[in-house]
Amino acid sequence: METALVNGITIPHLCYKKGLSTTGSCRVCMVKIEGSPGMQAACTTEVVEGMKVITSDDEIDEARKLIVELILSEHKHDCLVCESNGNCELQDLAYELGIERIRFPISKSIEPTEDSSQVILKNPNRCILCGRCVRACAEITVQRVLNFAARGSCTFLISGLDQPLADTDCVSCGACIQACPTGALTEKLSRFQGRSWEFRKVQTICPYCGVGCRIELNIKNDKIVKVYGVEEGPANKGHLCVKGRFGFDYVHHKDRLTTPLIKHNGKFEEASWDEALNLVTAKFKELKDKHGSDALAGLSSAKCTNEENYLFQKFIRTCFGTNNVDHCARLCHASTVAGLARAFGSGAMTNSTQAFERADVILVTGSNTTEAHPVIGNYFKHLAVYNGTKLMIVDPRAIELTEYAEIWLRQKGGTDVAWINGLMNVIINEDLYNKEFVENRTENFDQFRKVVSKYTPEKVEKITGIPEEKLIAAARMYGKADRGSIVFAMGITQHTTGTDNVLSLANLAMLCGNVGREGTGINPLRGQNNVQGACDVGALSDVYPGYQKVSEAQARKKFETSWGVKLSPKEGLTVVEIMDAASKGEIKGLYIMGENPMLSDPNLNHVREGLENLDFLVVQDIFLTETAELADVVLPGVSFAEKEGTFTNTCRRIQLLHKAIPPIGKSREDWKIIMEISKRMGYPTAYHSPGEIMDEIASLTPIYGGVHFDRLGEQGLQWPCPSRNHPGTPYLHKGKFTRGKGLFTPVDYIPPAELPDEEYPFLLSTGRILYHFHTGSLSRRSKPLDGIAPEGFLEINPQDAEKLRIKNNDWVRLSSRRGKLKVKVKITNRVDKRVVFMTFHFAESAANLLTNDALDPVAKIPEYKVSAVKIERI
Amino acid sequence: MKLRNKEKDVIALLNKAQRENKHNYITEDKLKLIAQETGLSYSEVYGVATFYSLFSLKPQGEYVIRVCNSGPCHLMGSKSIFDVLEKELKIKIGETTADGRFTLEEVSCLGICNEAPAMMINEKVYGSLTPQKIREILIGLKKK
Repeated sequence: METALVNGITIPHLCYKKGLSTTGSCRVCMVKIEGSPGMQAACTTEVVEGMKVITSDDEIDEARKLIVELILSEHKHDCLVCESNGNCELQDLAYELGIERIRFPISKSIEPTEDSSQVILKNPNRCILCGRCVRACAEITVQRVLNFAARGSCTFLISGLDQPLADTDCVSCGACIQACPTGALTEKLSRFQGRSWEFRKVQTICPYCGVGCRIELNIKNDKIVKVYGVEEGPANKGHLCVKGRFGFDYVHHKDRLTTPLIKHNGKFEEASWDEALNLVTAKFKELKDKHGSDALAGLSSAKCTNEENYLFQKFIRTCFGTNNVDHCARLCHASTVAGLARAFGSGAMTNSTQAFERADVILVTGSNTTEAHPVIGNYFKHLAVYNGTKLMIVDPRAIELTEYAEIWLRQKGGTDVAWINGLMNVIINEDLYNKEFVENRTENFDQFRKVVSKYTPEKVEKITGIPEEKLIAAARMYGKADRGSIVFAMGITQHTTGTDNVLSLANLAMLCGNVGREGTGINPLRGQNNVQGACDVGALSDVYPGYQKVSEAQARKKFETSWGVKLSPKEGLTVVEIMDAASKGEIKGLYIMGENPMLSDPNLNHVREGLENLDFLVVQDIFLTETAELADVVLPGVSFAEKEGTFTNTCRRIQLLHKAIPPIGKSREDWKIIMEISKRMGYPTAYHSPGEIMDEIASLTPIYGGVHFDRLGEQGLQWPCPSRNHPGTPYLHKGKFTRGKGLFTPVDYIPPAELPDEEYPFLLSTGRILYHFHTGSLSRRSKPLDGIAPEGFLEINPQDAEKLRIKNNDWVRLSSRRGKLKVKVKITNRVDKRVVFMTFHFAESAANLLTNDALDPVAKIPEYKVSAVKIERI
Repeated sequence: MKLRNKEKDVIALLNKAQRENKHNYITEDKLKLIAQETGLSYSEVYGVATFYSLFSLKPQGEYVIRVCNSGPCHLMGSKSIFDVLEKELKIKIGETTADGRFTLEEVSCLGICNEAPAMMINEKVYGSLTPQKIREILIGLKKK
């Protein structure tokens, strides 16, 4: 079947779907094969050399017709009100085969539609039992919620133990809807809002996490009605998570900012663009004249495009005249960039998500992948179950992936350097390391070896709580693997030792020769849709586009020549430092584009102090966020659906966005707003389109050197792509590290900045949940997402809960040295004793009131993952 | 652990669960437990349990009477066997007596066609049935 489809030969089919296993159950794809008796199902028959196949003749067509008639006799024909009318494979088949009349009685018993899920409607009357949804749920999402019951003449589709979908483990990804050939599974919220032929279809990139899923927006009357995963999308191959598929309705939310706002006497009033822009420029000019360039700063946005980020940092550097420009990458992967740049010479994911299947062992640490990067997380589950890939999870919480792991090491929060050193201690002692690689491709091994030799499994057990024998087993597993891939996220980076943690992982990969080949590497999963890109194009205080250092005269000169202004040689302030400087009165004016530090930054009380102390704050966003409420001027930007440009995903893939709808109200594309302010501040720029901005980026940024819009197409390009005809780079450091030789760095274990004590006896860790994103300014304005997860919670171990006499759903007061909040309790074994976990999405119980703003000395990333708290019953 | 290395145990576990239950059925709690033990999902365990007609997810009588209705037994008069049982027990096929003692079911072939018509009560098979023989068997069981 696959061979036929690839070669443009049509064989009618229903139960076959590309990417899923085959069952040959619908019998529609019957063909004749020379030398074999009767007919065979094309989908389950493998092609062999010289095989002669007849895909259609009178006999085959008659048999197909009969089969489709039988299927139709068990299907309710309510095409008039069916969501899938016009997009129904059964309907198409009946038409193609010319079935005018069904010779059998229509015998479907009519059952009610199951609508318990927030997003999925299950209509059993339209189900033809092809099993595509069952396989999608089992093989793509690996959730296995759907199945057939009572197989035989009365087979029916169930979820869980024949329960309503909402009561099962369903993660609402909608893979079943996309797999369904009829209207048995449809999008609940899109009901009666349009059918296939009424939609304008625009392909673009999902605005949530860094996986970079390609999506198809289905639009009617300039309103997004439905979203499909694009089967050819390089990062997702058609798959999406609940946020990508159903979390788009924020685009049309009534809270969208539609006009500029200016604050008069503490109250926002609507203003014209001219008024707002003139005020913004006048104030920034005045502050610059009075207090100097370094009294101004800007926060750029990992939600915005590469082109907008490039323009933003260019604006701050040219018009403000300072390097005080940073963005939330500082809060998530600054330590990755610092650590990997030092060890390898390049601070990005070394390999591609597509090639994880080549790995024998995947070590996942500090990444709750199935919730934070669901499409990759589901892929890991798929590899563990169907591909024999061994998963090794190192995480203080019993996250979902631990259930699929060969080995799970549960370390105490903030002890990562110790267990990684321990692992390497065993690998070196047991002679499992790759001597050839170490000798030829790295340096400083002996120094490093000395430090590692101190970390015996016994010592490591004392620090981390990981039993000796488990550590040894894990070391053997990773050490013996031909291809080992390391995957990590905030659990590694958001520590005062974040850079040390990353350096340790880099040591581990180099020790086993796991760099520079497919299916190996060090793979930081980036959290925002374009956080990789925002870093790449220089929205960081210490580097210009392409990580060219501000402090290096040669790089500075290059940008001075191109931009035609004198640039500051001084490295700028980082996110947390900007807030700090603001509260001290050193920063007077701040321009924030698409960030919400009032929820995202650590120690929120301190952030508020800083923002309130500013003379002038401009916030450009699509909603009046917690931060925007403190602004003097609010400028309405647009969402991903209203603009063109590029996002760079977690594995360095630059992908093209397509404008799907016009800006809402009087809102304007962000790059146009920056251009306007820039012009009014005396630095006119004249770009006609984001494509022109990318051409400028390419001319100044060697890793993007060959990137032009006309080359990006459906698959995008992975940087480094230095020249016009370079095909892009799927994995880095092949044959040679970016810096030449890989550098081993001896790293000693240092405890976190703040540990539990008598007064604050619990260790608080923070993170994401599946249904929300970052500060929730988008996901909390999505009806289905907020419907599924309307409030924050505190995870606590059953034993601790009992000691504190707390029950599930009780409210407690949680406090740290920095702040306090009220939150509901969820009792679960996911967290260990003396450890609690909270998400940071909810303004009502904002975890970052409590978190510690102690910084990693190198990367300036705060320690979100460890702070000491106490819990009191209310 | 959801790595599927214990999924082959599922049928044995379902069987054990049903036998150990006083009412000859597999409870929802047991289904969940079996899912946990085998690494299968709820829906997969449910799929298996509903495929085999000898598994029941509803309470059954203490004695489950399964009367064969395949070709040979049909020819040898299984209809009258059903009639007698329905009359004696005052229930229809698929039902359980109010006192929870007897369930009546129809099955296809018990493998003793030479002794048709046949039925099975719990684990024991009875052949060459006549209405009289059935009444005697029932009287024997009711006394227990």
